[in-house]
Amino acid sequence: MDNVLTEALVRALAVGTPLLLACLGAILNERAGVVNLGVEGLMAVGALAAFAVAASSPDANLWLAVGASMLAGAALALLHAVATITLRANQFVSGLALALIGTGAAGLLGKRFEGLPLFNKVADLSMGGLTVSPFTVAALLLAGAMAFWLGATRSGLTLRSVGENPAAADVLGVNVGLIRVLAVMGGGALAGLAGAFLSLSYRSSWADNMTAGLGWIAVALVIFVGWRPLRAIAGALFFGFLYYLQFRLQGNSPIPTEVFSAMPFILVLVVLALAGVRGQAGNAPAALGRAYVRGER
Amino acid sequence: MRFVALSAPSTARAALVTLASLVTALLICALVFTLSGHAPGEVYGTMLRGTLGDATGLGEVGRRTIPLLLIGAGLALAFRAQFFNIGAEGQLLLGAVFAAGTALFVPLPGPLLLPAVFVAGFLGGGLWALIAAALRRVNVNEILSTLMLNYIAVALVTYLIAGPWKGKDVRGYIYTDTFPASTSLPTLPGSQVHWPTLLLGVAVALGLQWVLSRSTFGYALRVVGENPGAARYAGLSSGRVALLVALITGGVAGLAGAGEVAGIHHRLLEAGQISLGYGFTAVIVAWLARGNPALCLITAPLMGVILAGGDILKIDLNLPFRVVDVFSGVILLCLIASEVFIRHRVQWGRA
Repeated sequence: MDNVLTEALVRALAVGTPLLLACLGAILNERAGVVNLGVEGLMAVGALAAFAVAASSPDANLWLAVGASMLAGAALALLHAVATITLRANQFVSGLALALIGTGAAGLLGKRFEGLPLFNKVADLSMGGLTVSPFTVAALLLAGAMAFWLGATRSGLTLRSVGENPAAADVLGVNVGLIRVLAVMGGGALAGLAGAFLSLSYRSSWADNMTAGLGWIAVALVIFVGWRPLRAIAGALFFGFLYYLQFRLQGNSPIPTEVFSAMPFILVLVVLALAGVRGQAGNAPAALGRAYVRGER
Repeated sequence: MRFVALSAPSTARAALVTLASLVTALLICALVFTLSGHAPGEVYGTMLRGTLGDATGLGEVGRRTIPLLLIGAGLALAFRAQFFNIGAEGQLLLGAVFAAGTALFVPLPGPLLLPAVFVAGFLGGGLWALIAAALRRVNVNEILSTLMLNYIAVALVTYLIAGPWKGKDVRGYIYTDTFPASTSLPTLPGSQVHWPTLLLGVAVALGLQWVLSRSTFGYALRVVGENPGAARYAGLSSGRVALLVALITGGVAGLAGAGEVAGIHHRLLEAGQISLGYGFTAVIVAWLARGNPALCLITAPLMGVILAGGDILKIDLNLPFRVVDVFSGVILLCLIASEVFIRHRVQWGRA
């Protein structure tokens, strides 16, 4: 019994890690008022950038690989920032385009890395009988740090003000556009990091479509956790546990396999609907999804 | 740099900006090809020669134009109502499922079966989109819900063809039995262009254009889309408009699905073989047409070239089919990022 519980926790933490990292990134964007639906694409380029650096030579530096994933995520997110913040394009459609570009470019550029070995794997940590990835520990610490930063620091307050009332922030001398661009790039870097976890630690290989819809679930998770970093830990663990169940029950139950592969997506719908009925969508930053133009209301 | 609003943006300006954004998109894609180690000139040359350069290629473009036209015309309508349906992929699949169910299991006399297949296809796609419209009433963003429904639709198709609907005469592969001969659509000789569906697409595009610009419903739809506040004040129910728009846009995507299985495959098979990402590519078809269903008659073949071209690149240059996603994403991003230049002129320097 104890073994099953430990296994469930380890597995839930493993799948929950990319969800948590990507979700934290999306929270960062959205608290500043910008929706970015491109998380799936950002994760894909992050995974590829990390793997490309790590697999390029036997002694490739893992820190460099992780840095490359964050840089790649931030660079791709910059496209979204320019389109939506400078050129006021529709944030939802731009994010969709970003998802296509990210998954497409990663698939195209990553073809030559398919099936290659990783010389330098990220070693797991053993903590109190649990084997976890350093990425998991980092993600948990990051959630705590982000909660503190958003809630208790001056710069965190500035970021939130840009998402809640950009006009008021502008009057107080805050550079709304700049803060939003930085938040979008920061969110992109975190989504890239989520990708790096997949290709350096979780799978230790590169394959097309290795993000497998996790990015989209992370986007939905943001609404479910009400834009709060600490709640995101619970949300990510919950979906991680769901993936574990899917893995455990597959083949061991009379329920067809396809039900399990569809389950996370069905659950996202249910969860979003519940959040909607409970009025949780009202927790969204007030200026979410709208371009800010000085003098317009 | 700042943007000064133009009082009356001209059609010529819109056309010019659209053209410029397409050229920009092709230049950006060229950069991506260079990065992946392919000469852009070779990539574009291969694509054009393989699609527009010979008869077989033209047939392939035509075959892909059919679903893009149907879905794109529906999406153009949806976008005008600010209903961001990006789940046409799933709606197409449900259309195919309903069509296949009818073709395989409904005992109807020959001449009635084919129309029934298409009606079922419409219903399948329409009902799948209605789920998203209903969820919108409890504040679930339709982009997320339609996207999730895509994944669920894929699982449903796989379940059916591997499980209860698996064909009797099939070994190893998973697909259903072949449909009765009376459901097969005629094709243009030497191609897979099932022309009755193509005609249906043309009729749908023109019909929806009429609905949008001439009918009372179209007027309500445009008001709801352009000014939700005014719509509420005028007593127009945006919820009801969204439901109807979902039914139409999902329904025509379902027709596309019925067309694919009845016109080309004659059986239900794996999701990835029924659709080559038509649902996503049609988003660009609709956006390029600037929300005018009739203009999809031009933009659908254009994107048809890109989809057929993706196949050519896969075969001739051994590029992954993902290259189509790069094209689609970059074109879409350039299109929406350029929109501001249609309604504004740029003034350099400080305000």
